[in-house]
Amino acid sequence: MSATAQRPEDLMGLSDEEFDTILEIMGREPNFTELSIFSVMWSEHCSYKSSKFWLKTLPTDGPQVIQGPGENAGVIDIGDGLAAIFKIESHNHPSFIEPYQGAATGVGGIMRDVFTMGARPIANLNALRFGSPDHPKTRHLINGVVAGIGGYGNCIGVPTVGGEVNFDPGYNGNILVNAMTVGIANTDKIFYSAAAGLGLPVVYVGSKTGRDGIHGATMASAEFDDDSADKRPTVQVGDPFTEKLLLEACLELMATDAIVAIQDMGAAGLTSSSVEMASKGNVGITLNLDDVPQRETEMQPFELMLSESQERMLMVLKPGREDEARAIFEKWELDLSVIGTTNDSERLVLTSAGEVVADIPVPPLVAAAPEYERPWTATPPREVLGHDAVPAPFDLGVALLTMIESPDLCSRRWIWEQYDHMVMGDTVGRPGVDAALVRVHGTQKALAISTDCTPRYVEANPFEGGKQAVAEAWRNVTSVGATPLAVTNNLNFGNPERPEIMGQLVGAVQGMGEACLALDSPVVSGNVSLYNETNGAAILPTPVIGCVGLLEDVTQRMGAAFEADGDAIFVVGETTGWLGCSIYQRDMAGGSAGAPPPVDLNTERQNGDFVRSSIAAHQINACHDVSDGGLAVALAEMAIAGNVGADIDYKPAIPVHAWAFGEDQARYVVTTADPASFEALAAAANVAVTRIGRVGGAALTLPGAEPISVESLREAHTRWLPEYMASR
Amino acid sequence: MTAAVIVFPGSNCDRDVAVSLEAALGHAPIMAWHGDSTLPDVDLIVVPGGFSYGDYLRSGAMAANSPIMREVIARANGGTPVLGICNGFQVLTECGLLPGVLMRNASLKFVCRDVDLRVERADTVFTSQYTKDQVIRIPVAHHDGNYFTDPETHKALEDNGQVAFRYCAADGSITDDANPNGSLANIAGILNTAGNVLGMMPHPERLADPLLGGLDGAPMFSALAEAIAA
Repeated sequence: MSATAQRPEDLMGLSDEEFDTILEIMGREPNFTELSIFSVMWSEHCSYKSSKFWLKTLPTDGPQVIQGPGENAGVIDIGDGLAAIFKIESHNHPSFIEPYQGAATGVGGIMRDVFTMGARPIANLNALRFGSPDHPKTRHLINGVVAGIGGYGNCIGVPTVGGEVNFDPGYNGNILVNAMTVGIANTDKIFYSAAAGLGLPVVYVGSKTGRDGIHGATMASAEFDDDSADKRPTVQVGDPFTEKLLLEACLELMATDAIVAIQDMGAAGLTSSSVEMASKGNVGITLNLDDVPQRETEMQPFELMLSESQERMLMVLKPGREDEARAIFEKWELDLSVIGTTNDSERLVLTSAGEVVADIPVPPLVAAAPEYERPWTATPPREVLGHDAVPAPFDLGVALLTMIESPDLCSRRWIWEQYDHMVMGDTVGRPGVDAALVRVHGTQKALAISTDCTPRYVEANPFEGGKQAVAEAWRNVTSVGATPLAVTNNLNFGNPERPEIMGQLVGAVQGMGEACLALDSPVVSGNVSLYNETNGAAILPTPVIGCVGLLEDVTQRMGAAFEADGDAIFVVGETTGWLGCSIYQRDMAGGSAGAPPPVDLNTERQNGDFVRSSIAAHQINACHDVSDGGLAVALAEMAIAGNVGADIDYKPAIPVHAWAFGEDQARYVVTTADPASFEALAAAANVAVTRIGRVGGAALTLPGAEPISVESLREAHTRWLPEYMASR
Repeated sequence: MTAAVIVFPGSNCDRDVAVSLEAALGHAPIMAWHGDSTLPDVDLIVVPGGFSYGDYLRSGAMAANSPIMREVIARANGGTPVLGICNGFQVLTECGLLPGVLMRNASLKFVCRDVDLRVERADTVFTSQYTKDQVIRIPVAHHDGNYFTDPETHKALEDNGQVAFRYCAADGSITDDANPNGSLANIAGILNTAGNVLGMMPHPERLADPLLGGLDGAPMFSALAEAIAA
């Protein structure tokens, strides 16, 4: 018999080969509900079929790791019986179609991933990429995304403490919205998704199920075209108030020992949550769909199984504990319904009105999920540019003012003032510079958190760019005095079926892996978002890193603001004046070109460890990492933050614009009251430091430039974003 | 000398204010659930910030009708100090303990930042550790903080000295630039006529710990602790 002859017209995004595999697994033609389940489980979004082969190469272990990738979120040990639980996740496609709800439900989804493991979320961050400011949709998308992130996080009462924003025409047709949540749990109260045990009740809690978001996971696994706006009905609608109730109810029930396993209903809703729990627990699950709380009438089995209605959880309870759980959920005015039981069949069986409507063996549904080693071509290397390949500005001071006013370097205050960044009363380091710092409630510990990626570097050289994303996040966490412990990653790329795009992914993952090893920061969770293309134009490759570090004593935190008049200013790390792929070159000298700055991981490690130990030894009064825009921009940011100037009297041996704006890696600007001891410590640690000037006055004076008042720096830095958002 | 913090579904600054109260009082406050219709004997009631009932209908409107609020109103009328912060202020206006309304911010955007406040009354149970006309820095975080009332009520508020705090510039002057939300006459907080009920949009509990960047909120809690201990 020919399998092809029986193929339904609509394979729901599955390939012919994938459909043949399904016929083998089922031993018959799947019905519509079953095919829908295979379709979402084997979508790129749920199966990671294009990226899995490469993700397996990332380092995921370490003494600090309690749980690496594979659960709802990663878990690391932060001492004294406490664990930090965190993950970053994309909501790119929905946010482009419906920015408010797309971004809001992205925040809601990632918080559920964290509290489903028993953690109370303590911080949200977000990494955002928008198209060119000149593009007609950009302003509308920023407005919607920022309001959506704020609307959800502010209401649930978890502070949004940091993140990053870039603009590039490459995102005109596909913005990126990556949301990260960090939570805290007791190490002996971490909850997993394996439904181990037979005859246990499977319990649905949270919002009722509607028809929203059906096939959302499939939408996230295809390119966009001009009709993408028609996909608006596949975007879910969030209700942060319900999520707040769900959070409190879940944590209250978790304080008992009634829960065997728990899994949030995210992408692919009831399907992926029930399959995940059955698969990990090596059990079967039978669900009676009639018992699923429904907010619409006459919902079909496939709709119930594929709905991505928000604020829902699936739990497996110990037998006989249903009433105790129900009392807690009723107190919080939420639905709780026993919808099934576990058994030894290892099958997912769905019934409705007394009939079996789907019957799928779970192990092959999971194990036979396709995994592709897609063909890839390496990104061709670019030429290393000399200083003279990038012309000097007419006036260095004017160039600096222009740069700090530009979309990519200006103050993000307009954005973070719309986020409640202080609720919960533990935000020690507010948004603005370097890593956010959040105290662990009731302790002296604090977590430092940063999200980073420099897409133009990744585009030029995926391997170096992948390394750099890890290094910069690690450096930001180091800058506040914390020890980086682990990372989460969000790999945003175009269509992996194109070898050059796949080559970007491969290069970036290899670079990240190398950096994570060298910097002892394993990847404990993450997310992959592919097919970020519209009409064949892909985004810049954007592998975002979220790094979490620990500061044992929060009173030892370091800030980036210039403090005392007369402090000596040092650059830690070597400055060669690398202008290839710099912001200066892109925005002031004709466009991004050449090779990006290389990342020497040994130097990165050595310099960072030195800075951290100098902070711990109270040798430093201020510290800021050097990244986009180079030294001059770092100095300007420190002056603005401290409202005090600096006199930089160093005479560079290289062209001054390369010295001021070059983006060599592994560098920090630090200030100290005791330059002699600091230099001695650096010499002992074999770390290159250069004394470049001193803190003081009301102006920043750079070599070869007129003094610029701190006031005019601040005005330039804060002007663009509010004016742009207010214009039309 | 005990305090109670009222907890509604959607309250999210209940823990924050409890931390500040505990620091000032030396012991934790009672956390009172919205569904309870009785309240133990307490010397101070705090209605905290957050999004009670998700701000559905109007900010504070549903919380104002919850069982516990009947008891809060009775205690307030009996003279117990009642402090409403942010969403708590909205609840106190909705339940009629304070006049006026909190409308959507004039910017139409949520705003979270430190603002300067001028202390207009330093002779109340809440503000006795400030001085009149002192400028203090306290954060705001709200979407609906635009205070409004009709001209007669406004005149009465001013005539009776019921305005407790106004948004001001760093030098204490009352300017439009210093007004984060469009509030009438830069009003940031008001008292009832008896002076035992205070509603304010800014969050004093957010700057009552030196690690969080300031201490200007702490005197409110120590003043309350001192008053109810007396």
